[in-house]
Amino acid sequence: MTALTPNGPSATRGGSVGSDTPVMTVDGVSAVFGHGPRRKTVLHGVDLALLRGRTLGLVGESGSGKSTLAKVMVGLVRPVGGRVLLDDTDVTRWRGRAELFTRRRQVQLIPQDPYASLNPRMTVGETIAEAIDPRRGGATRHRNAVERRLAQVALGADAANRYPHEFSGGQRQRIAIARALAVEPALIIADEITSALDCSVRAEVLNVLTALRRDLGLTMLFISHDLAVVRHVSDDVAVMRHGRLVEVGTAADVFGAPREPYTRLLLSAGSPGAR
Amino acid sequence: MPAAVLEDAAADVGPVEPEEPGPATGPRRVLESPWFGFALRRLFGVVLVLAVLVGLTFCMVQSMPGDPARVAAGNNATPEQITRMRHDLGLDHSVAAQFGHYVGGLLRGDLGTSYTTEEKVSDIIADRLPYTSELALLGILVVLLVGVPLGMAVAVACRDGRRRHLDGGFTLATGIIGSTPEYILGTLLVLVVGIELGWLPVAGAATADALVLPVIAVALGPVCTIARIVRRETAVVLARDYMRAARGRRLPAHRLYLRHALPNLLTGTLTVAGLLLTGLLGGAVVIESVFAWPGVGTRVVEAVTLRDLPVVQGVVLVLGILACLLNLLIDVVLGLLDPRTLTGRAAS
Amino acid sequence: MTAGLPPRRDRAATRPPRKRLGAMLVIGLAGLGLLVLLAVVAPWIWGDDADRLGPEVHLGSSGEHWLGTDALGRDIFARTLVATRPTLELSALATLIASTVGIALGGLVWVGGPRLRAVGLRVIDVMIAYPAVILALAIAAILDPGPKACVIAIGAAGSPTFARLTANLTASVAGRDFVGSARLLGVGPLRLMRRHILPNIAEPLLVLLSVSYAHTLMALSALSFLGLGVQLPDYDWGQLLAVGLQSLYTNPVEAVGPAVAVVLAGLSASFVGDGLAAAAERSSAPAMKAKASGAAESDPVSAIPDRTAGVPDDAVLVIDGLRVLRADGTALVDGVTFHVGAGEIVGVLGESGSGKTLTAMAVARLLPGGLHATARRAVLRDPGADELDLVASGSESAATRRRLATEIGIVHQDPSASFNPALKLGGQLTETLRVHMGVSRREAARRAVEQLEFVRITDPKARLRQYPHELSGGMRGRAMIASALLPRPRLVIADEPTTALDVVVRAEVLRVLRAANERDGTAMLFISHDVGVVGDLCDRVLVMYAGRLVEELTTADLRAGRAEHPYTLALLAATPHLDDTPSPEDANGDRRLAAIPGHPPRPDERPPGCAFAPRCPAVSPICHATPPPVHAPAPGLSVVCHLPGRRSATEEKPSEATR
Repeated sequence: MTALTPNGPSATRGGSVGSDTPVMTVDGVSAVFGHGPRRKTVLHGVDLALLRGRTLGLVGESGSGKSTLAKVMVGLVRPVGGRVLLDDTDVTRWRGRAELFTRRRQVQLIPQDPYASLNPRMTVGETIAEAIDPRRGGATRHRNAVERRLAQVALGADAANRYPHEFSGGQRQRIAIARALAVEPALIIADEITSALDCSVRAEVLNVLTALRRDLGLTMLFISHDLAVVRHVSDDVAVMRHGRLVEVGTAADVFGAPREPYTRLLLSAGSPGAR
Repeated sequence: MPAAVLEDAAADVGPVEPEEPGPATGPRRVLESPWFGFALRRLFGVVLVLAVLVGLTFCMVQSMPGDPARVAAGNNATPEQITRMRHDLGLDHSVAAQFGHYVGGLLRGDLGTSYTTEEKVSDIIADRLPYTSELALLGILVVLLVGVPLGMAVAVACRDGRRRHLDGGFTLATGIIGSTPEYILGTLLVLVVGIELGWLPVAGAATADALVLPVIAVALGPVCTIARIVRRETAVVLARDYMRAARGRRLPAHRLYLRHALPNLLTGTLTVAGLLLTGLLGGAVVIESVFAWPGVGTRVVEAVTLRDLPVVQGVVLVLGILACLLNLLIDVVLGLLDPRTLTGRAAS
Repeated sequence: MTAGLPPRRDRAATRPPRKRLGAMLVIGLAGLGLLVLLAVVAPWIWGDDADRLGPEVHLGSSGEHWLGTDALGRDIFARTLVATRPTLELSALATLIASTVGIALGGLVWVGGPRLRAVGLRVIDVMIAYPAVILALAIAAILDPGPKACVIAIGAAGSPTFARLTANLTASVAGRDFVGSARLLGVGPLRLMRRHILPNIAEPLLVLLSVSYAHTLMALSALSFLGLGVQLPDYDWGQLLAVGLQSLYTNPVEAVGPAVAVVLAGLSASFVGDGLAAAAERSSAPAMKAKASGAAESDPVSAIPDRTAGVPDDAVLVIDGLRVLRADGTALVDGVTFHVGAGEIVGVLGESGSGKTLTAMAVARLLPGGLHATARRAVLRDPGADELDLVASGSESAATRRRLATEIGIVHQDPSASFNPALKLGGQLTETLRVHMGVSRREAARRAVEQLEFVRITDPKARLRQYPHELSGGMRGRAMIASALLPRPRLVIADEPTTALDVVVRAEVLRVLRAANERDGTAMLFISHDVGVVGDLCDRVLVMYAGRLVEELTTADLRAGRAEHPYTLALLAATPHLDDTPSPEDANGDRRLAAIPGHPPRPDERPPGCAFAPRCPAVSPICHATPPPVHAPAPGLSVVCHLPGRRSATEEKPSEATR
């Protein structure tokens, strides 16, 4: 499979600071679930580079291995082959508690379901404070930092004292984004974060992401099965099928002039009005 | 994009749905049958139960404070008698040797000899277990045949907040009966039905009608508990999407509730019922004392007071195996009703 | 599955949980409080009476001795009260042992890793299956019979239940996303347990604690009754009862006091448990507001003119002024008028809470309990038969039921949940044919196979013998469509059939629906929140907002962005499109979507005027006060707005067309 070769700074858009330095490089990663007769390979030697300041959209059907790849990058799934390089060190070999702690804080995952991803018994302030300092985090100790993070996702300071059930789905998803930002990670992985949301609310979350990409120069892996959404937020796009990367390129190239038949199939299926 | 492109692209990339499980036909290998894994796991479970039970019952003698030989020989025994008793019981050997002896005896069907009556424990159990099993199994039958329909009927009658009074009455009545220990219920039955009304015999097992009161006493509490569980489970099942789909087909009530709701209900209910039924076995032991029922219960209570360990050991072992088999039976029934339970994945 | 959860959860989950003490909980707590009070004071007040020997033995009930006297002439009422303390103490001690050991064991099993967990859970299962009373007998035989042996025995026998519940709850909480997120943040295991897991499992453990207390009390009294528990001269209720029962035939009143005490204590504790469980259930369920708002009391339907006049004669479905009401009178769907022509595919577009699914379910006569529908007119038309009234109250006749079952096919929202997991696919697919159309088993199976082939399911014969869980998600979706099409209905209602699907499977589902429409001329009502999907499949679109219909327009107009209602325009502007090239960018080079600020009003808080007014970019003062008028240039086309077609001046950019 081809590694991602960006078209240089000219391909970047929306004021985001693109560069050629990869934050994370996935190098020939394979992953397997189950054992014995039920053994199933879900990733076949995937190569991917996430470049600093750019957003890579990852599309594919359910079961194509998108979420598994995300879990490998976060460290929730251990690959059977290949390397995951974070600033040129292979993090798949990290075992020690301190190393794992560092790795976990370098890569943050925003999960899909905004109703399951926030602890119902903790205030929003406590949740974000815990992200800032997972050992001794407290809402009062980190008040200023918490409020700054909330402001970044367009929520007021009073949100800190409230519980997740007082917020709508879109607001909760923004809180989850604020929590991920609070860690100041090198890479954010957003796994289907808009698919559980209504369209007016989805726009709200997408706008927050757009603003963050512009203001903070986020590096992000944006996973979604909704091609229109991926097109909206991504600089580059990778298409996945049966655990392999089928096509990788800039958003304009992949959506404008897809090379692979499978990408064309996805595009025609995802395009409204394709009769 | 025109439809032709879609069709072409589909032809290029093969089947549209990659996740499609393979052909549904073809001979299945025995190893892949869910029953195989089920049998393996249950076998492991049964072996585990046996091991734990044998270990525990053996430990009973070991962990007894004081000298088992003294207890066995009686209070007035001379030191010589105690020494001889210790030798007879094999207590002068090492613990490992004692355990080997114990297990060897079990394999030959030898459960030891009563300290007090010097009967063989296996004979005592063979003599009395049928009475206890009769009581417990009839009790189980009553619990399932009365409790499940009762709970379901109440749930159906009170669905969507109808008939709140019936619902409240049901909750209160089952709550009161469920909080009444079975021996109090038994005594009440003796007093009212047996003595005041004189309809049924109150003690012994001489005639068939002597069974009625003990069975009711054993079953009444669990009937209430299971009826409440079924009532709650039914309410949950009735709210499920597939029940709405079934209502959309405008099925007659019996088909809707018996064919569509009942199997889904039983999965949750039977899982709890398994525990309840082994509890019922314990209840039977207590109830036997109320009705002077000649089962293992009355005998084991006597043995405990006299600290006649071999009898207690034997009964604990046999009832434990019975409880285990009962649970196995329920799991098999569950597997037949809902094959998903076989793989160990809980049906949600 | 990749894609989303049904958005209908939004409304329920955003409400704050309300803690109300149920009557049961109050009674239970009061009972337990009284017992604790007795346990404290009774030995001081009645202690002497309880031990004073009297000349009159085995007395019946009298003014002096309410519950009679025992074999030594002691007052049984006083003895029962005094026995409260030891009884409660012993059961509390046993419960404490059971819960401490159990919770520690359960936590340990979970913390110890997957291997230990598998074995540990098996062992716990085995222990649970063992009858507690028999275990207690064994322990009593080892230690001398007495309260100590009983407390240890009952405690030990009760601990596996706690262990299993703790292990199960921990596993389910630990599997939730917020625990996974906390782990990724680097939160250590102890803090994870303390802050994330324990607070979320405390409630069910508390329920078990009170239920277990009731059981412990009963089991201890049973052991005392058997003579294995508290030994003379000490006494608890069980022991008093055992003594009382000895003279049951001569002086039954002796047994009454302790028996009633045991039952009352057990009942109080289990009431507390039930009450706590009910409270927990209530707080997780959406709270229904009892108060009906003023707006709902007036009947806005009468304000809307009858618009069924121009409806074509061959329309399959004619609905006029449909309302779906809660028992308190709040209208969840408020005066919806539309029709579905022969062979027409009509889309219903709206966000969660807009009432689109309720509208569909009202048409199918499948409203959930507690809701009912009214309408000026709601009929299913059939050229060969009478009109079928869809909102008639009262029970349905057999003929009505048959027509509803065979003339309306329903594709339910979540195919994974809408097939009965305990029944094979074949039986569920052929059920309508067999029950309502008298088709033979063989013929029904043949038609089912044919229909499965039509929806492109491989190996259809074998699928009929499979259970729903053996099919993939996409296949279940198509099988659901096959099930709806089997009786060859005149109208198919498809409730969000594409919501949880990814693009390729979604395209396949749409293709199948379109093919059915072309093959049989089946009319369809297609519910969705996805502008693109509706625009793809449907001929005409109804846009719903806050339970009301705001616009009816053709799909061609929707796709071209020629909508009139500001809400429809806002929806279009909020949806990113695959074909926007280049994306609209503002001055910062920023790709912004026009998000709709705020959120829809709850049905009981709809403003008197237009429900969209508070969020509308083109709002004018009249919108807040007066209900908007209906502009209906032709049957099947309408817009409900004071200022149709007006776009706000503050809007950053005119909305882009879909295509």
